[in-house]
Amino acid sequence: MAKKEYAFYPGCSSQKGASASNYLTSVNAMCDKLDVTITEIPDWNCCGASIGYAEGGELPRLALSARNFALAETHLPGKQMVATCAACWLAQREVKERLDHSEVLLKETNEALAAAGLQYQGTTPIRHMVEVLIEDLGYDALKQPVVKPLEGIKFAGYVGCQTNRPFGIAGESFENPVYLDKLVETVGGEAVPYDQKVACCGGALAFSEPEKSQKQIRDIVESAYDHGAEMIVTPCPLCQANVEIYQSEINKKQGTKFSMPVLYYSQLMTIAYGGSAKEAGLDGQLIRATKLEEIAKK
Amino acid sequence: MSEHAVAPYRNDFLREVEKNVEEGHWVKMCMQCGVCAGSCPLGNAWAHPPQEIFMMIRAGKREEVLTSDSMWMCTSCYNCIVRCPRQLPITHIMHGLANYAHRLGLAPKGQPTQATATLFWNNLIKKGRVNELTFSLALYFKDGFVQGIKNALGMQSIGLGLMKAKRLNPMEILGGHGVKDQSGLQAMIAKAREIEDRKKGFSK
Repeated sequence: MAKKEYAFYPGCSSQKGASASNYLTSVNAMCDKLDVTITEIPDWNCCGASIGYAEGGELPRLALSARNFALAETHLPGKQMVATCAACWLAQREVKERLDHSEVLLKETNEALAAAGLQYQGTTPIRHMVEVLIEDLGYDALKQPVVKPLEGIKFAGYVGCQTNRPFGIAGESFENPVYLDKLVETVGGEAVPYDQKVACCGGALAFSEPEKSQKQIRDIVESAYDHGAEMIVTPCPLCQANVEIYQSEINKKQGTKFSMPVLYYSQLMTIAYGGSAKEAGLDGQLIRATKLEEIAKK
Repeated sequence: MSEHAVAPYRNDFLREVEKNVEEGHWVKMCMQCGVCAGSCPLGNAWAHPPQEIFMMIRAGKREEVLTSDSMWMCTSCYNCIVRCPRQLPITHIMHGLANYAHRLGLAPKGQPTQATATLFWNNLIKKGRVNELTFSLALYFKDGFVQGIKNALGMQSIGLGLMKAKRLNPMEILGGHGVKDQSGLQAMIAKAREIEDRKKGFSK
């Protein structure tokens, strides 16, 4: 297949020693197997995430994402930007939409960027890694490298919010997107029906309103169990972290016995493509995905 | 600040929101169907769901809107946006109202999401990237030292688990990740803030 190249925006949580570092590990391995080259945008910054608005306001937030575009346009001209984090992708898309539709905001944002010696041109499209996979490569190409199909494992595809709304993946429904289930099936796993597929995990309110957020998480994990899933799979770093990390808290407070591994699609693909447990970042799970580790060892 | 002094009713409040609140020009478009309220994952935690907030703005209930903790219940799930029959960017308007209330000093004191958001923003602006360790510590200790120790101990097993999985690095306390051009980034943010403050009447 033809080699694809992108300007890569990894985001804060993917960095070494951060909460989604195993996401990046598996994305690197997956891209290697698919002959996709991702070149990190030099000196990229935080997008402000979904809670930055409250202190940051509008223009400082626009400037943050515009700076990432400007850096990509300067250092990696002609390449599309790809993000793996739902919030990074959403922020970049929102800001691009605002700037491309408002001359006033564009002018003001560029005035701010000029203080950093940069300028936003608006020439770089922003994509999510999932879009690269299913639109640029396609399910057939994604199936080709499968050497260890994830046979017999039942996954609950948890799409969550920000990869799904307000933009979502083209052609998918907001209420019942099916691309994640299709990805699971492409690598040989079984996607179970799952009524919490697009529910919210509480997002950043997991930190500020733990009880409200943990109610959401409980529903998400419980529904996965109820539908016979053995693992949850998601495209979003905050969904992954919230839904995995707080299971022990919920067990402690509410007497549940949750122990449901929560994976990234890229980890499933890395294992199915013959990668090791380490290459798939399985050593980064708090709740070990034993069945995947066993397949990796075969 | 005097022009923003709290008045329970102001018949130009809609105009003020249209002028100063992010995406505020959409508020007049709401047709009061309530689909947003029914679509919100934290719907029952809102004293006034979005459609009520919109009607209160149009009724000039300035103080009740800006001092409400309703907007602070938004998890940024965007369900209201995709379901709104008139396609109002409700999430953004709620964010905009929360920010506006906070900048005017009218947000409820000690509102946890407001406090968390300020810690988060200050953390990311310092080096251009979020330092998850110092952000978590700042969060634990936001309600004082004793509560901080309690919070940290409560989260100890999770913290240790994350460190073991190499998803939390104690060495980040020494500074951790950041952009190279920190002075450029900070100058850019300062400039953006200056323009916004001038436009929205926050300038001294």
